[in-house]
Amino acid sequence: MADREVPAELELFAAEVGSEGPVAVVGGRSHWEVGGLCPEDTRLVRAPSGVRSFDPADMTIRVGAGTSVAEVDAALAEAGQRANLPLTPGATVGGVLAVGRDDLHALGRGRLRDALLEAVYVADDGQVVTAGGPTVKNVSGFDLCRVLVGSLGTLGLVGEVILRTWPRPAAQQWLAGPCDPTELRRRLYWPSSILWDGQTAWVHLEGHESDVESETDLAKSLGCEPTEGPPPLPLHRVPVGALADGGISGSYLAQVGTGSAYVSEPIPVPSPDPAVVALHERLKAGFDPRGRLNPGRDPLAAT
Amino acid sequence: MKFRKADPLMRDLRQVLPSDRVRTAPLERSLMGRDASIFEGGRAGPVCFPVGTEEVQGCVDTARRHGRAVVPRGAGTGLAGGAVPLEEPVVVVTTKMNRLLSVDADSRVAWVQPGMINLDLSRATAPYGLHFAPDPSSQQVCSLGGNVGTNAGGPHCLAHGVTSSHVLAVEVVLMSGEAVVLGNPDGWAPGMDLRGAYVGSEGMMGITTAIAVRLTPNPPAVQTLLLAFDSVDAAAQTVSAVIADGIVPAAIEMMDNNIIRAVEAFVGAGFPTDAAAVVIVEVDGLPGGVAEEADRVVELATARGGSVRRAADEEERALLWKGRKSAFGAIARIMPNYYLHDTVVPRTRLAEVMNRVYEIVEEHDLQVMNVFHAGDGNLHPMLLFDRREPGIMPRVHAAGAAIIEASLAVGGVLSGEHGIGMEKRDFMPLMFSEADLDAQARLRRAFDPSGMANPSKVLPTGASCADINALDKVPDGVWG
Repeated sequence: MADREVPAELELFAAEVGSEGPVAVVGGRSHWEVGGLCPEDTRLVRAPSGVRSFDPADMTIRVGAGTSVAEVDAALAEAGQRANLPLTPGATVGGVLAVGRDDLHALGRGRLRDALLEAVYVADDGQVVTAGGPTVKNVSGFDLCRVLVGSLGTLGLVGEVILRTWPRPAAQQWLAGPCDPTELRRRLYWPSSILWDGQTAWVHLEGHESDVESETDLAKSLGCEPTEGPPPLPLHRVPVGALADGGISGSYLAQVGTGSAYVSEPIPVPSPDPAVVALHERLKAGFDPRGRLNPGRDPLAAT
Repeated sequence: MKFRKADPLMRDLRQVLPSDRVRTAPLERSLMGRDASIFEGGRAGPVCFPVGTEEVQGCVDTARRHGRAVVPRGAGTGLAGGAVPLEEPVVVVTTKMNRLLSVDADSRVAWVQPGMINLDLSRATAPYGLHFAPDPSSQQVCSLGGNVGTNAGGPHCLAHGVTSSHVLAVEVVLMSGEAVVLGNPDGWAPGMDLRGAYVGSEGMMGITTAIAVRLTPNPPAVQTLLLAFDSVDAAAQTVSAVIADGIVPAAIEMMDNNIIRAVEAFVGAGFPTDAAAVVIVEVDGLPGGVAEEADRVVELATARGGSVRRAADEEERALLWKGRKSAFGAIARIMPNYYLHDTVVPRTRLAEVMNRVYEIVEEHDLQVMNVFHAGDGNLHPMLLFDRREPGIMPRVHAAGAAIIEASLAVGGVLSGEHGIGMEKRDFMPLMFSEADLDAQARLRRAFDPSGMANPSKVLPTGASCADINALDKVPDGVWG
């Protein structure tokens, strides 16, 4: 069997998690209530933090899951790179992966779920488990990393991750206007973001300077004007299909092409297929039969 | 074993499918006993050709009632033995489920059946200016269901990711017979990413019956460069330098001298036969970025002693790619058999591992050709041999094992795009601990508690309690 050396800080984290009693991992508390709150007697632990290794030529970075997304972004920026993580103020890498919300630029930059190459987590029995692998391409075994993203820490408490990184483009521009988001998507080659609140569309362009200029001209011809940035994101995430069902009482912002929308007031969301619910229950029962990891949280309710 | 008409399993399968789509002829079962790997000795039971989800459910229900395992199969182009049936399971072939179900060009989503051929999808969506990004070398013959099963890659997955990044939802028939949609064609479904867990599960979690794929816009500008080098080291260093420079080309492919000469003799793509290695770099996107990146790649290559040829037009570009994609056909002219390997190493360790591969091959007195996805460190050493040569197979396998070990030793992984199947099942403990493998077994059990979906692949014996009920012995002779 592969004999991995477990770094001291992960050993310590695993010992803290232990093998008994309800335990939850706390990050930056930026989305603490998403998917339900843990009971008050739940022991709270923090994942190790800090950048462990970063070789810009490999375009991967290994960090403790407790590292803030801002710290990771700053380290990558020094080498002209970035990761596809939402830069939520105060949030940690482990936190944003557990919650599973895409960055606003996921349309062009890629999905959060594709950012995770390897995760080292502490399982319900206190053992340290590695999912995935360190390279940018890997199909060695089942893709456990994917299911960890958005699982709210209910399958294992992630202590360390390897993320894929990308070059930071030279130029960028936000535009907004009363234009048709579908038309924007049809006409612009590779916008990194298109947002839509029912009246105004916001679009983000990035890349080589001359390309951003020409695409900006194109967006202007479709009715958009340069603007400082995106509007504030409403609080609750819902599947974009729920908007079509009506019943929206507050404001909303759809993140075109990613399946997500954000609403200021909760709206009814279609019930999941019972077979999907059953798969969630079997996953939870298989990975955490005693229900000790992040109790009270339900990934299916994480909207 | 021969199947008689009165065989109860056959009788029941013919209740759910017309007789001509449940086959037991020895030739058919023998064909289905193999895939494109070097494995021989697989044994198919009844071979079923459903045309839709309900028929697949019927096959699965019937197999379950008879206590038979089920092995899903697409076009059979897999290279890791993942679709090789063991102990006469019911083989469910999806080749007759090959329709494009719908295209939504504005949302850039297509629903396809699993038997649709990869390249046929890109051809069908070309009128919308869209294509399916993953392009395995077998794309003219491999099925999209198989691509989902192995989480397939290809040269153009460097910038835009492998199959998993291009699958929005899958309809799956579980071993319970239930059909369930994982993910959502809009791009996100609340809950855990069951879609992501299923893609790459090599037929061990269920049978894919429909796929919602993400379509990619065709780039407005493309430049394809052929870089030639006097040494493999210089070629590999150029690859690392391009990535380190902040350029992620659409593709970076590398070919060594042995394969260059084979390809030239075969298709005459104009590759320099005296070069130690060539690198094909393709950059695409909007014209400004493409021009700047292509110029920068040329600078980086020439600084490392490389000579450069730019494809002047679409015809020349197609010729360069023809050279790259003809590699496998070219080899057939040199040796009757080849064993294509697939490991990944950190991109910064490419040169070192390639040199080690040459040493290993020499130690085992074999020939090797290298043609691979250098941009993401995905090596594909091809060991050439003649199966009729006495004592050759142990040498081929020993060299293969040494290549895997050399890749893992520098922080690499077992497979980049072919999957584990049977080929690398017993190498899994080299990369994963017992606890890691147990976690993968738990993931599989959540989808298939019965362990009857394509048993005995991927996870080594003992990694999954469910497999105790299944058929966990690889029969003698399967290893070539």
